[in-house]
Amino acid sequence: MIALVESVPTESFNDLSREAEKGVRTLVPKKTQRMPAIPQGARSVLDEADISRALTRIAHEILERAKGTEDVMLLGIPTRGATLAKRLAARIADVEGTTVPVGFLDVTMYRDDLRMKPARALERTEIPDEGVDGRLIVLVDDVLYSGRTIRAALDALNDIGRPRAVQLAVLVDRGHRELPIRADYVGKNLPTSQRESVKVRLREHDGVQHDAVYLGIESETAI
Amino acid sequence: MRRHLLSTADLSHDDAVLILDTAEEIARLAARPIKKLPTLRGRTVVNLFFEDSTRTRTSFEVAAKRLSADVINFSAKGSSVSKGESLKDTALTLEAMGADAVVVRHSASGAAYRLANAGWSSSHVVNAGDGTHEHPTQALLDAFTMRRHLGGFDGRRITVVGDVLHSRVARSNVHLLATLGARVTLVAPPTLLPVGVESWPCDVSYDLDAAVPGSDAIMMLRVQRERMNGGFFPTQREYSRRYGLDGQRMAKLPDKAIVMHPGPMVRGMEISAEVADSDRSVIVEQVANGVSVRMAVLYLLLSGSESAIGHDEGQGHGSQQNQQNQNTEPKGAAA
Repeated sequence: MIALVESVPTESFNDLSREAEKGVRTLVPKKTQRMPAIPQGARSVLDEADISRALTRIAHEILERAKGTEDVMLLGIPTRGATLAKRLAARIADVEGTTVPVGFLDVTMYRDDLRMKPARALERTEIPDEGVDGRLIVLVDDVLYSGRTIRAALDALNDIGRPRAVQLAVLVDRGHRELPIRADYVGKNLPTSQRESVKVRLREHDGVQHDAVYLGIESETAI
Repeated sequence: MRRHLLSTADLSHDDAVLILDTAEEIARLAARPIKKLPTLRGRTVVNLFFEDSTRTRTSFEVAAKRLSADVINFSAKGSSVSKGESLKDTALTLEAMGADAVVVRHSASGAAYRLANAGWSSSHVVNAGDGTHEHPTQALLDAFTMRRHLGGFDGRRITVVGDVLHSRVARSNVHLLATLGARVTLVAPPTLLPVGVESWPCDVSYDLDAAVPGSDAIMMLRVQRERMNGGFFPTQREYSRRYGLDGQRMAKLPDKAIVMHPGPMVRGMEISAEVADSDRSVIVEQVANGVSVRMAVLYLLLSGSESAIGHDEGQGHGSQQNQQNQNTEPKGAAA
């Protein structure tokens, strides 16, 4: 489970990476990691119903663009992207009646900021047996920010095979790109300032009762 | 902060589990068409081997290369060491060349500790076997192999048989497996047990037949004749009969028990060919897992601005002291 370092008293946003905490898998023993259910001083910008509707719409859009599910494969970027990918696949199955393969793609080893932060734990990479060659790959992530995670994902994908095309689905696009990358499917465009922090909380791994997306202020002491 | 992997006694439970988990994820990548990862691009790993080794050196070399590190192999034969250069001068030379990590094997116990703590170099040091002291990555790959077959360590019984006196693998395994929660039994003739073994976190027995039926994994050790200059046992045949694993003994193992050997094997001595080639033998798998585990260690030590595992330099407790004091408590790696 991704979590804050225990020593951070409340959810201070100090240690959060720019893209949905992905950068800060600080290696604190797992037992001591706990994610506060609702970040302090943050306001909810998407609630469970909003997230659900957004995923349903994205599922329809993927089907519309791909004209079916024939060669579609979803690859979620752990950890929340992986959860969203599974949910999207379930939606697509509901709508179309056919299943699409779902996998997970950990990009940690491909990140460009590895040397700037303490060594971090790896997440699960699981490519469906069908392989990515010649397929339409839809990368799924929770928050799109600088675009660096997606760059790493494209590099990782390149080492696995040669997809026919790669598309990107994100729950929240908060802007401030640092690379020429854009999302094909967006749950919500959320204009933010760089001092703000966007956090996604999902039932499956944040120990919360309801899904939600929060917007908070990064504190002055943020590094 | 430079951190090192010198001894499994320095690893906390969480560190050990983190290495095994990381190795597990890395092992999943081994099936890909492109096995190389860009993670350690531009880093230099020196394999500094003062003792012969094929398995370990090759394994570290493959591991470093799969992570895109540059690898320099430096073995005592054919280097200045054979002309009389000391460990210190060799270390200073490598330091001047800018090594990020030094993987060292040496015939003297404590050589890795010395290299890490003497202030000669600023690289991370990974102990690849020092004398009769420790061989932490071997123990980690053994533990990794066991976890895959046994599911976990809680309450599992691991029996280590043979030349414990000269075995750095046994010592590393005892500390690591005890940290992970397994129950270790050492089985050896009294002459091949080190002084102070009673203070290790394990049981000791002289009777292999009594230990076999309760073992979830049995690890056979090679009799290290090159380190022996006395009569440790009467004859090879007698050793083999009392402490060797043959088909008959293997039949008394529980159903799912596995047979391990750190290699190199002497078939017919500590392990019969029948056992070595049987379905229960995971010896070849151990070698394959070695690469994943060593990749995990290099990744966790080198990839970030701070290492995620290992033991800090200049800490009071060290591998050398462990060896002398025979400390039983596995120590947590101080962060």
